[in-house]
Amino acid sequence: MLGQLGDEAKLLAGGQSLIPLMKLRFANPRHLVDLNFVAGTSYIQEDNGAVKFGALTRHSEIENSPISQRFPILHDCAAGIADVQIRNRGTIGGSLAEADPSGDWATVLLTQKTDIRCLSPRQERTVPLSDFITDAYSTVLEHDELVREIVVKRPDKGSGGAYLAFKRSAPVYPTVSAAVQLTMKEDVCQHASIVLGCVGLVPVRAQEADEALRGRKIDDKVIATAMDAVRTAVDPQPDMRGSAEYKRTLAAALVKRAISIAMLRARGERVEVSHIYA
Amino acid sequence: MPEPVDKVSIQLKVNGKPYAVSVEPRMLLVELLREELDLTGTHVGCDTTYCGACTVLMNGATVKSCTMFAVQADGAEIQTVEGLEKDGQLHPIQKAFGDSYGLQCGYCTPGLMLSTLQLITKNHEPSETEIRKAIAGNTCRCTGYQNIFKAIRLAGHNLKGA
Ligand SMILES: Cc1cc2nc3c(=O)[nH]c(=O)nc-3n(C[C@H](O)[C@H](O)[C@H](O)COP(=O)(O)OP(=O)(O)OC[C@H]3O[C@@H](n4cnc5c(N)ncnc54)[C@H](O)[C@@H]3O)c2cc1C
Ligand code: FES
Ligand code: FES
Repeated sequence: MLGQLGDEAKLLAGGQSLIPLMKLRFANPRHLVDLNFVAGTSYIQEDNGAVKFGALTRHSEIENSPISQRFPILHDCAAGIADVQIRNRGTIGGSLAEADPSGDWATVLLTQKTDIRCLSPRQERTVPLSDFITDAYSTVLEHDELVREIVVKRPDKGSGGAYLAFKRSAPVYPTVSAAVQLTMKEDVCQHASIVLGCVGLVPVRAQEADEALRGRKIDDKVIATAMDAVRTAVDPQPDMRGSAEYKRTLAAALVKRAISIAMLRARGERVEVSHIYA
Repeated sequence: MPEPVDKVSIQLKVNGKPYAVSVEPRMLLVELLREELDLTGTHVGCDTTYCGACTVLMNGATVKSCTMFAVQADGAEIQTVEGLEKDGQLHPIQKAFGDSYGLQCGYCTPGLMLSTLQLITKNHEPSETEIRKAIAGNTCRCTGYQNIFKAIRLAGHNLKGA
């Protein structure tokens, strides 16, 4: 259908990004193809050590699913997006396709092994999330291609993650956010993945911070080194939410807190997380 | 000037009553409710998906009706504030908002009552944190929220007793 309508057509999922943009006349599509009436596009399945989300799965469905209880970084993300009403409409597929530099899902899912299954009249292809988002508001999707499914590998045993955002109120995007996934063997970190949101055109992977943790016993000194690496990795823009320096400091502080929660969860402890409100 | 466009026929239920209407595809759900169906209890505060004054229930889940097209409600059940009252009797939530002074100008109140309905239908005794999360998408410029918290707790209590 998108192929027939040409590139003046756009897909409509939850509409929680597209409709506000249309009202502002930033988007002005001639045709909208509403995916909400397509059956079988909203589901959460667990299969072979991976969790699969239909593209139209709402943030609230993920928030309230038993799977996100067992995979708590997904709950941190889903339950913290905007407010109840927006979570009841907004979808995981729409969020990733929108590739907003402040969107929560991309930041969180980049700490996981995540694949995007895309579909067009010509082909079906699977693109790793790290290749899917190419720039701010840009993805590899062709104009007649859609996101069909998001596949997230379950973390190994002994691995824990956490996602924290600093927000001015609920129905706004975060000022800065931080996602951390740590795989631990006793006190020693085997693998770390740290990604920051809202501090670059795309989510920022702080690889030097990952390196600072890997192979080490995580103590205050090691965490301080990782925090320094985070400050260097991010490239925030000053805006009404704060200066670049403020956001750098915030990014490092959120990572510190997320590391401590991820370590507890790696040990199997249950820790409830709520975003931090100014 | 916007070009004229073909209208689309849709059917929906609002507060239990079936409607068949023809709407322009660009019409928002809140415009349908207020301007075509004359249900002006649903308010428009910001028109930018922030304030929640336009909150209604669609198939039992709260949505911001300023951020949905009317055609997307084809086949759906919508509940607005007008549907709370039954047989001239105020709904327990409406009573609770009145008894607790949970409103002043009343602009935010319809949206808040529908967010309350979604919350307390599942949970008669919500905690402070649960209430905060449930109404995070509803802005009130008058009350300072404390009496709204009281009203929601009382509404849960009323509903349990009902
Ligand atoms: C006030 C407000 C606050 C918000 N706060 C946050 C927040 O804190 N964190 C956050 O992450 N998000 C936030 N959002 C955005 C929200 O999460 C959106 O739901 C999400 O970004 C887009 O999802 P959607 O389903 O609504 O997509 P839509 O708005 O329907 O679509 C967005 C874009 O993606 C395309 N698209 C949608 N689905 C597909 C698909 N399956 N395949 C290909 N392309 C597709 C559309 O064509 C469109 O270009 C907020 C939104 C609002 C209005
Ligand atoms: S009018 Fe819809 S959210 Fe304010
Ligand atoms: S009572 Fe006036 S905005 Fe809430």
